[in-house]
Amino acid sequence: MNSTTVRNLLVRGMLAGLGAGVLALIVAYVLGEPNVHSAIGFEEAHAGHSHGDEAELVSRGLQSTAGLATGVLVHGVAFGGLAALAYCFALGRVGRFGPRATALLLSGCALLAVYVVPFLKYPANPPAVGDPDTIGKRTALYFLMMLLSVLLAVAATLLGKQLAPRTGNWYATVVAVLAFAMVIGLAYAFLPVVNEVPEHFPAALLWRFRLSALGIQLTLWAGFGLLFGELAQRLLRPAPTASAQAVPAGS
Amino acid sequence: MAQHLAQPTATPVLPAKLPLKAVAPWAVFFGILMLVLLYFVGAEQGATSVINGTGVHEWVHDARHLLGFPCH
Repeated sequence: MNSTTVRNLLVRGMLAGLGAGVLALIVAYVLGEPNVHSAIGFEEAHAGHSHGDEAELVSRGLQSTAGLATGVLVHGVAFGGLAALAYCFALGRVGRFGPRATALLLSGCALLAVYVVPFLKYPANPPAVGDPDTIGKRTALYFLMMLLSVLLAVAATLLGKQLAPRTGNWYATVVAVLAFAMVIGLAYAFLPVVNEVPEHFPAALLWRFRLSALGIQLTLWAGFGLLFGELAQRLLRPAPTASAQAVPAGS
Repeated sequence: MAQHLAQPTATPVLPAKLPLKAVAPWAVFFGILMLVLLYFVGAEQGATSVINGTGVHEWVHDARHLLGFPCH
C-alpha cells in the first residue's frame, strides 16, 4: 500500500516535471534563445579560434529547437522524479502542511537549493563566455556547489525539526535558515572565483541571458509545484464522493 | 449550503507519513536513474565523456547554456 503510494507519487512527479518542462521550454525558446543567438554572433565576430573548419555536427536550427526541447524536458522529468522522491520523505514530516502546500513548499526550497544558491556563485553563462580549457574545473565546482547547497538545505530542515519542540516553529525556522545562510556564505567566500567573461562582451547581453536563465528555472519550479501539488492532492485526498456530500446536505 | 459545507472542512487532517522503509528502495533506484539523466543533459562530453564524440554535447548545447550548466 505504502509502496504503491510512493510509486504513484513518483510517476506523478515525473509527469508534472514533464509538464513544467514544457512551460520552461516556452520561456527558454522565447526569452532565452535570442540571447544565445546574440552571444554566438559575438563569439563568431571575436573568436580567436575558428569553428569554421569543423563540420557542423548539429545545425543551429536543430540546437535551438529539438535539441533545446530534449535538454529542457529531460531535465524537467529528472528533477520531477527527484523532487517526488524528496516529497515522499517530506510529506507529513515538515510541519502542518497538506499535500498541496507541501508540494509548493518543496518546490520553492528546491528552486533555491538546486538553482538559485549555486547560480549566485557560478551563474549561467552564454556561449562565448568561458574558457574551454577550464571546463573540468568549472563543472566540478558547479556540481559541488549544487550538492553542498542541497545537503545543507536538508541539514537545515533536520535542524529546524530538532529545535521546533523546544523553541517553537518560528524560532526553529529562523535559526535553521540563518545556519543555512551562514554556511553557504562561508562556501561562497572560500570556493574559487570564476570570471571568464571575454573583454568587450556586452554587459547588457550577459545580464539578459542570466535573467532569462533564472526565469526558466522559476517557471520550471513554480509549474512543478502547482502541477505536482494538484496531482498529489488528488491522489492523497480524493474529493468527497457524491454519497459523502449527500450526508451534510441531507441533515 | 455554505454552512453545511463548512463543517467537514473545519478539521484539517495532516497527511500520513510514508514509512522510510517503503520510500528507500524507490529513492535509491530511481534517484540514481534520475541523476544519470541529469548527467547526460548537464555534463556528458563536456568535462567527462562516457560516449565518444561530441554528438550529445552538440545536441543539448543550448539547453545546457540556458539551464545553467557549464557547457564549454
